[in-house]
Amino acid sequence: MSSVEEISNPVAENLEEDGVEEENTVEEAEMEYEEPVKGGYIFYRDRKEWADLEPVPQDDGPNPVVKIAYSEKCKYVFDMFRALLKNDEKSERAFALTAEAIELNAANYTVWHYRRVLLQALDKDLREEMKYITAIIEDQPKNYQVWHHRRMVVEWLNDPSEELQFVAEILSQDAKNYHAWQHRQWVMQEYKLWDGELEYVEELLEEDVRNNSAWNQRHFVISHTSGYSDSAILEREVQYTLKQIKKAPHNESAWNYLNGILQDGGLSSYPGLLEQVTELQDTCSSPYLTAFLVDLYEDITKIYKKNRHHSKPVIKLCKLLAEEKDTIRREYWNYVSRSLQNTYGSGDPVASSSDPPPPSSSQQPDTEPSDP
Amino acid sequence: CLSLLSESDDGNFILQGTQVKDVVIKPEAPNTLLLDKHADYIAAYGSKKDDYEYTLSEYLRMSGIYWGLTVMDLMGQLSRMNREEIIEFIKSCQHDCGGISASTGHDPHLLYTLSAVQILSLYDSINVIDVDKVVDYVKGLQQEDGSFAGDKWGEIDTRFSFCAVATLALLGKLDVINMDKAVGFVLSCMNFDGGFGCRPGSESHAGQIYCCTGFLSITGQLHQVNADLLGWWLCERQLPSGGLNGRPEKLPDVCYSWWVLASLKIIGRIHWIDKAKLRSFILACQDEETGGFADRPGDMVDPFHTLFGVAGLSLLGDEQIKPVNPVFCMPEDVLQRIGLQPDLLN
Repeated sequence: MSSVEEISNPVAENLEEDGVEEENTVEEAEMEYEEPVKGGYIFYRDRKEWADLEPVPQDDGPNPVVKIAYSEKCKYVFDMFRALLKNDEKSERAFALTAEAIELNAANYTVWHYRRVLLQALDKDLREEMKYITAIIEDQPKNYQVWHHRRMVVEWLNDPSEELQFVAEILSQDAKNYHAWQHRQWVMQEYKLWDGELEYVEELLEEDVRNNSAWNQRHFVISHTSGYSDSAILEREVQYTLKQIKKAPHNESAWNYLNGILQDGGLSSYPGLLEQVTELQDTCSSPYLTAFLVDLYEDITKIYKKNRHHSKPVIKLCKLLAEEKDTIRREYWNYVSRSLQNTYGSGDPVASSSDPPPPSSSQQPDTEPSDP
Repeated sequence: CLSLLSESDDGNFILQGTQVKDVVIKPEAPNTLLLDKHADYIAAYGSKKDDYEYTLSEYLRMSGIYWGLTVMDLMGQLSRMNREEIIEFIKSCQHDCGGISASTGHDPHLLYTLSAVQILSLYDSINVIDVDKVVDYVKGLQQEDGSFAGDKWGEIDTRFSFCAVATLALLGKLDVINMDKAVGFVLSCMNFDGGFGCRPGSESHAGQIYCCTGFLSITGQLHQVNADLLGWWLCERQLPSGGLNGRPEKLPDVCYSWWVLASLKIIGRIHWIDKAKLRSFILACQDEETGGFADRPGDMVDPFHTLFGVAGLSLLGDEQIKPVNPVFCMPEDVLQRIGLQPDLLN
């Protein structure tokens, strides 16, 4: 078992470097092959006709990754790990081995479990652990285990003070990292850290107005603070969104947000919306604008039944989208068009004074063409 | 237009300077379905236990086996896999608590418990494990608010809500959990755009949407979905190349041919996707030399993307592939044998 401790030293050095993988513990250099043999791989050292030749390690630059020796090392480290687990050994060398195993494969959830058991059993310094997990996440930010581990450490320390800054740093490298956003939301909700978040979201949207995660976060923050029921807030949000749309009209997220915040009150209940959106048609045309207009007209027609005749131009818009502007989604546009026609007729004024049936299009049955 | 194209890392072209993030399929990309090559690829996968990728993926081995077996069954090639070895392997992965791990020497987890139960269902051998203990394990992971943790360490995610009910449904034991609370939690993850995220407030994501619509199907609660709103969000995932992404402004990936397509099928709006364009995207993700599918054309293949490429083609109606169930991602004939027919919306 003493060989385990020998291995841990080079690993510790690796971790102190800039987080890049290094294989300076490789005992034998192997030729790296551009086209790895898929089945029945035989090391060249084992082929007797090559016995006279000393392999020359390929220089792939400062951080060579030699896959074959790597998987041998993996096997060794994980065999050691299994031995420790089996004996339920709770020691410093076990703790050191978890770091090595994590370096080889940070997705191995069992190793992370055991590391947490050891952190508690050995009463390890959790501040040190925060530094450790920070480095790991910076290296591999798209991994479930590392973020969950960080959350556990934050909970144990009951100290979220570094979290928003840390997540912001990760997001500065990839502004849509799903794990990072989940962690941020957890921290904010758990520790009530809402201040400044709307400003942060606006900064991100300045950088990339199509960042769907940032739009989602905007909704998250406002929902949990002021809410949308205050008409001043709603006005602010609608105007903000329309402004972003003018900057970048072909923006799913902005339109989804606009639709989303107006759902509760109903699209048609927001004063002047139809005019504002219609105005955008010339300069900011997009399938999303048209989709929004369709939804808006549907809502108007439903509520203000006397405006039934609006369905005609909307049906025309759907046709334009199906046939020209958004043909890939023609089935959707044809569905919307049919729903409108089924509910409100072709749009010609109706003499009857009886109320039309008020179902929304989402209640229209839409049978699928039968699949083979 | 050429100035708008730049070469990506994988040798494909990415449209830049336009407002659409997408790939461009090269004219020489595969356009016919190479089922025999895929069967050969999967049959050989894992035969060399020292392989780098294989070693690195041990922590998800149970799911890897489920992906391989399911795609082989869909292609009518299940008999080429080593049934006895796999069943023994699964037996060795059930822990005292009832939960099942990804591989021997790993801890139990809900993800791998589901994969194991799916495999044993394919093989009609569910009783080689202690079913009652599996049920206890799943039940024990439900939290106060109705959500499910993935394991004893408490990570909460709607993926685990799906894993829990799918596992119990396959075992005929849905009644052991607090159904109202479980449903309540999933519905609390519904967002303003009609989609679902991993926890309440999380951004809508096609993978999470699949889990939540699958969950609501199994629990008979699909009427709670805003099918038109969600259907629109899902069909917006289709890009000019025909491929599907997982959320706005992301590149297409063949696994979304499953997450998005299955969700659309569940909510009765699969025809809102341009099927021909999606099919040609999926076919372009094949590797003609090695067999298998990659996430996007030209990239390296793996069993995960191979399953979801083939399953996606099945949902699109390819007659060379067995019908796949959109909720469980298992062959329909297996579910018929079990007697499971989860609701789908019209």
